[in-house]
Amino acid sequence: MNRLEETYDVVVVGAGHAGCEAALACARLGLETIVFTVSVDSIALMPCNPNIGGTSKGHIVREVDALGGEMGKNIDKTFIQSKMLNRSKGPAVHSLRAQADKAEYSRSMRKTLENTEHLTIRQAEVTKLLTKDRQVTGVETYSGAVYHSKAVILCTGTYLRARCIYGDVSTHTGPNGLQAANYLTDSLKELGIEMVRFKTGTPARIDRRSIDFSVMEEQLGDERVTPFSFTTDPEDVQIDQVSCWLTYTNERTHEIIRQNLDRSPLFSGVIEGTGPRYCPSIEDKVVKFADKDRHQVFIEPEGLHTNEMYISGMSSSLPEDVQQAMYRSVKGLENAKIVKNAYAIEYDCIDPRQLNPTLEFKTISGLFCGGQFNGSSGYEEAAGQGLIAGINAARKIMGKEQIILKRSDGYIGVLIDDLVTKENTEPYRMMTSRAEYRLLLRQDNADQRLTPIGHEVGLISDERYEKLLKKQELIRRETERLEHTFVGTKEEVQSLLSSFDSTILNGGCTLADLIRRPELDYEKIASIDKDRPKLPLEVTEQVNINIKYDGYIKRQMRQVEQFRKLEKKKLPQDLDYGQISGLRLEARQKLNLYKPVSIGQASRIAGVSPADISVLLVYMEGKNTI
Amino acid sequence: METDTIAAIATAAGNSGISIIRISGDDAISIADQVFVSKSGMMLSDAASHSMHYGIVRKEQEVIDEAMAVVMRAPKSYTKENTVEIDCHGGMFVTKKVLEAVIGAGARPAEPGEFTKRAFLNGRIDLSEAEAVMDVIRAQNEFALKSAVNQLKGSVSHMIRSVRGDILQEIAYIEAVLDDPEHMSFENYDEELTDKLEGFLDQTEKILRSFENGRMLTEGIKTVILGKPNAGKSSVLNVLLGEERAIVTDIAGTTRDALEETMTLEGLTLRIIDTAGIRKSEDKVEKIGIERAKAYAKDADLVLFVADASTALGDEDDEILKLLEDKKTIVLLNKSDLPPVTTADEIRKLCDYPILSVSAKEKTGVQELGKLLKNLFFKGEISFNDQVYITNIRQKTAIEEAKKSLELVLESINAHVPEDFYTIDLMKAYEEFGKVIGEAVGEDLINEIFGKFCMGK
Repeated sequence: MNRLEETYDVVVVGAGHAGCEAALACARLGLETIVFTVSVDSIALMPCNPNIGGTSKGHIVREVDALGGEMGKNIDKTFIQSKMLNRSKGPAVHSLRAQADKAEYSRSMRKTLENTEHLTIRQAEVTKLLTKDRQVTGVETYSGAVYHSKAVILCTGTYLRARCIYGDVSTHTGPNGLQAANYLTDSLKELGIEMVRFKTGTPARIDRRSIDFSVMEEQLGDERVTPFSFTTDPEDVQIDQVSCWLTYTNERTHEIIRQNLDRSPLFSGVIEGTGPRYCPSIEDKVVKFADKDRHQVFIEPEGLHTNEMYISGMSSSLPEDVQQAMYRSVKGLENAKIVKNAYAIEYDCIDPRQLNPTLEFKTISGLFCGGQFNGSSGYEEAAGQGLIAGINAARKIMGKEQIILKRSDGYIGVLIDDLVTKENTEPYRMMTSRAEYRLLLRQDNADQRLTPIGHEVGLISDERYEKLLKKQELIRRETERLEHTFVGTKEEVQSLLSSFDSTILNGGCTLADLIRRPELDYEKIASIDKDRPKLPLEVTEQVNINIKYDGYIKRQMRQVEQFRKLEKKKLPQDLDYGQISGLRLEARQKLNLYKPVSIGQASRIAGVSPADISVLLVYMEGKNTI
Repeated sequence: METDTIAAIATAAGNSGISIIRISGDDAISIADQVFVSKSGMMLSDAASHSMHYGIVRKEQEVIDEAMAVVMRAPKSYTKENTVEIDCHGGMFVTKKVLEAVIGAGARPAEPGEFTKRAFLNGRIDLSEAEAVMDVIRAQNEFALKSAVNQLKGSVSHMIRSVRGDILQEIAYIEAVLDDPEHMSFENYDEELTDKLEGFLDQTEKILRSFENGRMLTEGIKTVILGKPNAGKSSVLNVLLGEERAIVTDIAGTTRDALEETMTLEGLTLRIIDTAGIRKSEDKVEKIGIERAKAYAKDADLVLFVADASTALGDEDDEILKLLEDKKTIVLLNKSDLPPVTTADEIRKLCDYPILSVSAKEKTGVQELGKLLKNLFFKGEISFNDQVYITNIRQKTAIEEAKKSLELVLESINAHVPEDFYTIDLMKAYEEFGKVIGEAVGEDLINEIFGKFCMGK
């Protein structure tokens, strides 16, 4: 049979946010990489909300950037509004969020991919995974063409056997009417991979010209924009920004929804997939929070060159006519013209507990995966996983040690560990409360945490790494100076203190002591700090945080130390836990199911008790002594 | 390896005249120095390894006991860590107080099997013993888990559950606001949380007090009163309870189907199981009654056998004596105010249990019973599992930690620390309360957030 055959190092299936990072990472590390997409026009598509970042997601974007990924740079080039959320709260929860010009975001990412050496873009539907002796050998496309490779990275997003639904209308398409991928699931199942079905949804897009903004509250961006990427010059992102708008649902909206609940595919049982609690449809909200008389609705532009507006807060799968009535009941939307209906989308994905924390399948060598395919939700979560899957696929081929980000390294570490360790019954969304060491995992120090790893991997240039080392040295020296500079009770000092309602000094103390006071900070004490060197903002910001939250930071660092000890104790993958007599039955079953890589991971599996961990420690110690 | 310092009672409590409290870990010696003052004035930190010192144990200014302390420096100890063993007098109260003092000075109550585990991991115990070590951990842990939950009185665990649930709700609220700042805010939240924290602290204080009163736990000498019908069991019970000021009437049906009374005699806590129920069933089917009495007796640390001095010994008495076998028993010869028909000598022929003449009517003999009990206890003839103490101390430590954490939140509010810092200590309090009732954290928070707050786009 004559058919096309080609050979690459790495095949990436899907060119969404996970696929782009995975493909770029592999190609940049010098591996011949091909990335498949059902439509080249949908590279880095944002089929749902028109923003990047947000609480905890902004952290992930920063981490992707610190490791040498693309998402941060791309949004810095294409945002149209930007805001640092939670600015009034502690530094750990400051989160950057930018509105994207969706078309520009996609175009710009495509341009980057097209101009990356060793990277080939191919429009085709991958239908089959090829393996030999549980080792990946390549993929086959719908046309029968075969692409041989040493590794395959699956980033299929919401496309596998996708179905879009509103009311009693359902189409077998991917997001935004794009072609679904209907064959790959079966091929994966044949290999023994367990699939599950998840669901998510998106609100309608409404024509800007039909909206009355005069009755809504305007939402402006920050006066001074902070870039996502550590490499972006802050001056480059001080652009003219566009506004978002806030309005509310009302009792009439809720009444319309309640009266038509029986026509919702969610409530009638037509939709079988499990949806995320974090992004409930408006009908979900009305049913679950029946006592609320209104819900917020944010109207967000989809881009500069389109009239489409995204109706945030009102995703739905109600029938078309109900949608129209429901949107039109909202203040300012009385004459709304719908451009695109709201819909729910169902798709196949995997139970990620079949993966190692490297994002490689436990039972199929060379098969990696990332993004919504792994049961997560969100562009940022996808990008973080795609990057790690790409790095590890590349390192596997190059014969280098796999990279596992720990929970104490970053949100990406938390994300992947949660996915592969915990039972997940809905699309997983990152939240700052999921990160137990969040005081250490700040968006402002992502470079200090992860750029050394990115440099070691080879995605961060020597120049960028040297710059980081220099910055850290400046932070260290300035912190030291403040800890050892004493101030007396001079008039100048006391009057500065009283001007901030701060208790005046009885005796001497250090400048650091003053910074620690809640009402003071690094900037506020500038006038009494005579020998202060001129330092960049990125340095003084770190100095201020390090000193101010010193006590809390040290406490978390101690916890991290304890945590790392157990992470370091590795467990062999072929260990039969049924043979370890001291373990409780439930623990034996769970451990055999998960095959954790370390005692630390074992300790996070539901059903494994601290006593079981003690037993494991003793058992492993016994084995090692032999 | 983990080298934080742990402590536990190394001897079975009450089994001997001497109890040993073992402290092991990096800081074992400096912790011991905080509670132990040697007569010679020498600090244990300055003492040679494997030397023994005479002195006193104190908690703050209060002297708890005279004791001997043995210092063993790493690696020449059971755990191969720095170890101090304090030998004190073997009473349960003293032993417990010494242990509490040690924990107050910075040690952590040892987990079940932890000394053995450390001994093994530090290479002290041979590989062939690994299996045995795992079994010890498992067995002790199962016991600890069971006792942790079972020993809590229903009302106390209810209080803990309730305050813990309330704390979680506050954490969830804070996290929800942090995660969705555009939909929710902290307006007036500081005042609100301050009020709530004061409530939490009140409740925590109550829980702690009930612990200190011994009301939190159903710990004590499990005592069953047996006797034939009309021997005066109920009257004896009433007298015992009537004499006692600190009576706690337990709630029926926590884990047992019988009504239980708690009383203290000479500083010893008795959990008296009222077998009044047995009498009733005896009227109907005598066998059932005996079966139940047997079941209670089998489980008991102590049996009070009430014999009627005013009537002759009968078959029922023989039956009871038979089922007592080697149970620790005290015979109460009741109705000693009436003309005697059965004497102590007659009973002595049948068994060698101590015998006390009492009169429920005249309310005599209760004090003697207390003295006898104390005597038996200190001679080690009545004891109960030391794991119970450890569990209790672990629970108390956890509640104290929870309290400290709640106080830290108040401090944070007063210092105007940003709200996201509150959850660090609130979470700690939540975890500590969880330890007391044997519940881990898991996905509680995420579920609470989604359950209570309307989040998301």
